Amino acid sequence: MLNASLKELSTALTQKKISSAELTKLFLDRISKLNGAFNAFITVDAEKSLAQARVADERIAKGAALPLTGIPAAHKDIFATKGWLTTCGSKMLGNFVSPYDAHVIERFNAAGAVILGKTNMDEFAMGSSSETSFYGSVKNPWNPDFVPGGSSGGSAAAIAARMAPAATGTDTGGSIRQPAALSGLSGLKPTYGLVSRYGMVAFASSLDQGGPMAKSAEDLAMLLNVMAGFDARDSTSIEHPAENYARDLDKPLSGLRIGVPKEHFGEGLSADVGKSVETALKELERLGAKRVSISLPNSGLSVPAYYVIAPAEASSNLSRFDGVRYGHRAKEYRDLADMYRKTRAEGFGAEVRRRILIGTYVLSHGYYDAYYLKAQKIRRLIADDFVEAFKRCDVVIGPTSPTVAFKIGAKAADPVQMYLNDIYTIPANLAGLPGMSIPCGFGANSLPVGLHIVGEYFAEAKMLNVAHQYQLATDWHRREPAGI
Amino acid sequence: MPLTLEEVRRIAELARIGVSDAEARAVQAQLNNIFELIGQMQKVDTDGIEPMTHAQGSALRLREDKATEENQREQLQSVAPQVEAGLYLVPRVIE
Repeated sequence: MLNASLKELSTALTQKKISSAELTKLFLDRISKLNGAFNAFITVDAEKSLAQARVADERIAKGAALPLTGIPAAHKDIFATKGWLTTCGSKMLGNFVSPYDAHVIERFNAAGAVILGKTNMDEFAMGSSSETSFYGSVKNPWNPDFVPGGSSGGSAAAIAARMAPAATGTDTGGSIRQPAALSGLSGLKPTYGLVSRYGMVAFASSLDQGGPMAKSAEDLAMLLNVMAGFDARDSTSIEHPAENYARDLDKPLSGLRIGVPKEHFGEGLSADVGKSVETALKELERLGAKRVSISLPNSGLSVPAYYVIAPAEASSNLSRFDGVRYGHRAKEYRDLADMYRKTRAEGFGAEVRRRILIGTYVLSHGYYDAYYLKAQKIRRLIADDFVEAFKRCDVVIGPTSPTVAFKIGAKAADPVQMYLNDIYTIPANLAGLPGMSIPCGFGANSLPVGLHIVGEYFAEAKMLNVAHQYQLATDWHRREPAGI
Repeated sequence: MPLTLEEVRRIAELARIGVSDAEARAVQAQLNNIFELIGQMQKVDTDGIEPMTHAQGSALRLREDKATEENQREQLQSVAPQVEAGLYLVPRVIE
């Protein structure tokens, strides 16, 4: 059961081979046993989860089950979850028991899924290693001395250690895809606007997008079917007709044109990752795809532009944390301004403070044109690169991350080195395009390598098709960390 | 052009984040490294390029001007640090 696909779990539940309560208990026991070692969950509430599981069992007994009914899933602690502590990895929200549900949580609840717990993450999703959490670093189940990637590192570690069959994540610059790559999982960042941001703690609103993380592309399709959909409470939610994201999984790849961007195979890419990605591309060619060399000439500017746009939006979004309406408030203060200063100095960790300061500076009087406006123009150039590329190919494929997982602490003191982890994933966020990562081998220290697939707007079904066909022909996605 | 310590203090004040002198100095060096990275943008000529504010070009949706939310004041204020008679309490602003 721990290694079963969501489809297999769904079948086992509807055929009454296992009840949702039993299945939920199985994963809760697994969490009790392993969470101490990996720190993947911030909050677990067995009673709440089992109560939901019993309701799911009644629904299954009545024959009213949907595909995810009774299946437990973990949620990144960025999603407001009614009655659950929702910390976003921060001391600032250390006492925040959410009075409402995010749209994504409503969707999972309506589907009859069981909330297995809230997963650890970089504070306010700012990080690529899950080390900036106020609740401690997450450890990579493939080797606990290494990071699982971030910011959705708790969700990644939970699935990799088989503490959860599926999880949600969010991706502003790579926070679903990079931890999926570093933890040997499949993860999908949908087209911007496909999954509602309502109740998802805001980091950089023009980039933030929620999405699923799981063991396979087939599982991702089932999860996306539940998560995607219009929501009037998110002003940038797209009114896009409902799709079955699993509809094209079985299509052959013959004739598929794969664009391989030369800029993603140059300086900075480590040899082990390059080799696995090259082997994966050959496998896709063997499956009938055709390789096309493409260029994304401005992608090297994506990190600099991102580190203007994301902190600018963050400095605005995080101004709401002032100790007045919710969250942490400093104990002693002289006056209102002093309360703000102390509350925010105490409540935010070092990386969050740093990004707020960058954002405040680039938006401050006299600097707007040189930084924010300039970054938005470069954002256009990066998006235009993809428009050109997609004239010649159907999907763009390359490495998800320049290296496999690095040691905990290795980059913590050097923000710029940390930021460069997301060099291949950020362009899709800036353009608003869907992107995903699937496992494609192992590199240094026997750690997983991720293959990055970017599609055109709303091409999720096609990307999942490519990933599923690859996963039918390979078994990287079936590998699991030894000895746990 | 590197940030001075004075500028770091000014930004922190604009952001309403208290910083000690030691913190300001530590953060100054880190911010300057980050601004060196960001500075790579200046190498590119972007004259005449239309800024991209958002992944979708379309204008924001409008809705009818009517109340859609029910009153959940008690529930929403249950997580506030300090409330009284349905109001959020903050230190006195006007003497």
